[in-house]
Amino acid sequence: MIKFDKVTKIYPSNTAVLKDVTFEIKEGEFVSIIGKSGAGKTTLTRLILGLEEPTYGEVYFKEKNMLVADASEIQKIRRSIGGIYQDYKLLPAKTVYENVSYVLEVKGTAQGEIKKEVEKVLDLIGLKDKKDNFPKELSGGEQQRLAIARALVIHPKIIIADEPTGNLDPYNTYEVIYLLEKINKAGATVILLTHNREIINKLGKRVITLVGGRIIRDEAEGRFII
Amino acid sequence: MFTNISRATKFAFQDFFRNKGVSVATIFILIITILLVTGLFFFQGVASYLTEEIQNKIDITAYFKDGTAEQDILIVKEEILNILPEIKKVEYISQDQAFIIFSENHQGDEVLFRAIEQVGSNPFLPSLSITTNGDPLQYEQVANALQTSSFSDLIENVDFYEKKDTIEKIYEITSTINKFGIFLGIVLIIIAASVVFNTIKLAVDNSKEEITTMRIVGASDWFIRGPFIIQGIIYGFIAFVFCFLISFALVLLTSPKISVIMPGFNLFDYFLTNLWILVLIQLGFGIAVGIISSIIVVKKYLKV
Repeated sequence: MIKFDKVTKIYPSNTAVLKDVTFEIKEGEFVSIIGKSGAGKTTLTRLILGLEEPTYGEVYFKEKNMLVADASEIQKIRRSIGGIYQDYKLLPAKTVYENVSYVLEVKGTAQGEIKKEVEKVLDLIGLKDKKDNFPKELSGGEQQRLAIARALVIHPKIIIADEPTGNLDPYNTYEVIYLLEKINKAGATVILLTHNREIINKLGKRVITLVGGRIIRDEAEGRFII
Repeated sequence: MFTNISRATKFAFQDFFRNKGVSVATIFILIITILLVTGLFFFQGVASYLTEEIQNKIDITAYFKDGTAEQDILIVKEEILNILPEIKKVEYISQDQAFIIFSENHQGDEVLFRAIEQVGSNPFLPSLSITTNGDPLQYEQVANALQTSSFSDLIENVDFYEKKDTIEKIYEITSTINKFGIFLGIVLIIIAASVVFNTIKLAVDNSKEEITTMRIVGASDWFIRGPFIIQGIIYGFIAFVFCFLISFALVLLTSPKISVIMPGFNLFDYFLTNLWILVLIQLGFGIAVGIISSIIVVKKYLKV
């Protein structure tokens, strides 16, 4: 589903963030990418989303080379990915309901369908009572749940969770991980980028370890070893 | 397409009402700048009126030989109009009219009237008074054409060379006023547009993070840009309504006072005559600056 082929990313300041990175993620997998801060995890996410281009090498999304994909193809790819981020990336001027409905509006979904889907997902995530609240009126855990609701509402085939538990307490952390596992069991591919040792060791899933922009380990049932 | 436009409009109105402070500030700045541009429009009106008044005061006169038939002079009048398209007016002044004008201009000057009485007949020659748009070159061309034309033997004298210095001086003054008006206009419009641009930039800056998020979830550039552009239109339209009402009230109040200073110039009539141009300027400036600023600022963040 996602393939990195000898990808190197060098920023204009001559900082190489990723060096000769090669790996493949198959449909339905749950893959954790671990590494310390600055190891290149976020750059990896940005490359998958087409927000950055590799300096060398190629990134493929469903066999499509991101380098030759045009703007509308990249937008289509982004619309098919459910993204969950450490800083939530919510729309502060929109309510809980509008934050979730926005991604469906972007896709051009009909208004009746949007109402049905958004209410369903808000109910599932436990934010139905707060649908008219703005993100700043929610707690950290609620904001992260909202980000998850936004990711889920599009029924994504792939979820990218970039440090989704970074700002959460242990209770909310495990709630988020439990949800990701559940989504994965339902058939979606999950890519979890984190530096949380406990989570990785408990998951017992595939782990790719990044150190200094290079992959030093790729294990089917990995543990957090840096 | 229609769905996207209606969603962009909904987002625009939501943002407009949710960011009331920013909306009010942006509209306020737009009102000030549109009023500045409107002021310039009225300044241009007053300046054109004044320069035209001055230009209308200068003319050259072709004096015909004593005894030239009125019919011949009227034929010459028609032909003169074909010499240059820039000729604004040709007025025939008969011997009798010339005498009346002289009498009116020199009322009470008994010495002069006694001198004329002694001549025994009307000493004034019939003439054609010619007005162009004030350019000395055109007056010179007319004078030359009159002196070299087929009817030149009917003409006693053309007074262009006596008036040449005055014509040149007046033309220079009116040209300078016009150039200064254009220069001032360009400078003020640039200042006004950059003030509005920066205000809208501040408004969009608030949404920088939001634009990044919109891109991540796959919104197309136009889906992101749309609400900002529509907001620009809303700002421009509201500012126009206020500016129009303010201009109308100001014109109504000041028109009688301006007529006292400049008799013959009615500001309210000027306002009514140029109503649609004024609406176009106010509405066009407000909306165009609103839209263009939004597009430029959002484009910057779409690159991030």
